[in-house]
Amino acid sequence: MWKWLHPYANPEVSYHFTEKIKPWFGLASIVLLSTGLVWALLFAPADYQQGDSFRIFYVHVPSAILSMSLYVAMAIAALSSLVWQVKLADASAAALAPIGAVFTAIALLTGAAWGKPMWGTWWVWDARLTSELILLFLYLGVIALHNAFDDKQMAGKAAGILSLVGVINIPIIKYSVEWWNTLHQGATVSKLGMPAMAPEMYWPFLLCFFGFGCLAGYIACIRFQTEVLSRNKMRPWVRTLVTGDDNAPHLATNKQANAGGN
Amino acid sequence: MTNASNRQAGALSYRQAFMLTLKRDLIIAFRHKDEMINPLLFFIIVITLFPLGIGPQPNTLAKIAPGIIWVSALLATLLSLDRLFKADHSDGSLEQMLISPQPLFIFTLAKICAHWLLTGLPLILIAPLLAVLLHLPEQSYSALMLTLLLGTPVLSFIGAIGAALTVGIKKGGVLLSLIVLPLYIPVLIFATSAIDTASLSLPYNGQLAIIAALFFGSLTLAPFAVGAALKVSTN
Repeated sequence: MWKWLHPYANPEVSYHFTEKIKPWFGLASIVLLSTGLVWALLFAPADYQQGDSFRIFYVHVPSAILSMSLYVAMAIAALSSLVWQVKLADASAAALAPIGAVFTAIALLTGAAWGKPMWGTWWVWDARLTSELILLFLYLGVIALHNAFDDKQMAGKAAGILSLVGVINIPIIKYSVEWWNTLHQGATVSKLGMPAMAPEMYWPFLLCFFGFGCLAGYIACIRFQTEVLSRNKMRPWVRTLVTGDDNAPHLATNKQANAGGN
Repeated sequence: MTNASNRQAGALSYRQAFMLTLKRDLIIAFRHKDEMINPLLFFIIVITLFPLGIGPQPNTLAKIAPGIIWVSALLATLLSLDRLFKADHSDGSLEQMLISPQPLFIFTLAKICAHWLLTGLPLILIAPLLAVLLHLPEQSYSALMLTLLLGTPVLSFIGAIGAALTVGIKKGGVLLSLIVLPLYIPVLIFATSAIDTASLSLPYNGQLAIIAALFFGSLTLAPFAVGAALKVSTN
């Protein structure tokens, strides 16, 4: 497997691979989100208790799940950058952090909008809500630390350590509704076993969930490419890419640096 | 091997390295007494601001006393964190620790212990007096002391990670609080909940056990994270 992955440690190969998979993520997210959201918002049956305001579920739950998954993905990238010194993993961690932060903010805002008609309040200091808010602060701390260093390599390592320390919050969010008896309702959708909802409500949810997932993947591809380009801006292949000139004079002199990767 | 021959070979045992670092930090702190006393004064002044701002009714104060004391303790610890590695970083002794044959774990543990002795312990000693001023119910005193005793080391351990990450940055103070305060929230939640439970004369073992778990977790894991962060910051 390492042999298969090895070429992708080269930023140029990774860049072009990302370029290839990017349109597929974009296409999938457009298809899934347009069908899923239309089905969810217009045709799915209203909930017997919550009526139509239940439909915010289709945005709230995918973004909440993604906020946690993206944090875990970022932490795994940070770990592989710290332990195995994979330099591109830094770029992907840096690419993922703001996306995760935005999804956390979406989950919090849609949660507040859903809480007003259901609980009669925009915000309660409930375990699930508070731990999700802490997740947002953790994301912002990681991003702030990343921006505080001039040296991108140091920034990646420092932010990586912080994101690994913050992983402790993820199980707390995940199990908060089970550990504490709080206002937030229990898990509706579980990976294993039957969901506790009707199939005609569940299918649009799946479409929305994978749609948002592909959207996150699409944005992650764009951000990753930008990170790779900005970190390799002195490399000949980037210059060739930008100018479109294959016979630039610097190419021959810098050929060795290019072969060295990173 | 005896201590003398150890010293001759230029190698310190782990215990010696720990004690020397601890002693050195304490001596440095005692020579700059203002830096040691300022966080404590800050703690006292912040607490006196609350009765003035909220109103001096004993009932109100008793209700919010655990939160006030703990939030002030968090802020006072935060204030003192900035200088935990700063002086050592600027005069180069931090690099000496990094390249010494002893594991970095020993030095970071000693430095964090010194930090707690200088900031956490004074807070614990002055806390009962402030609790009296805030009309804290008598039955929650033991809970207050126990949570502070177990919780303030956690603040030093977690805070040291943030301090180590920001030591290379020129104006790291605000960033430090942004990084560290979210990680302090669990301690705050369980400590104040324990004191509240105690004021109702109910058992608070559960919350105390969680704080103890946080204490042992941070005691064993934080020095590694601090070491890794220091290696990054000093490049």
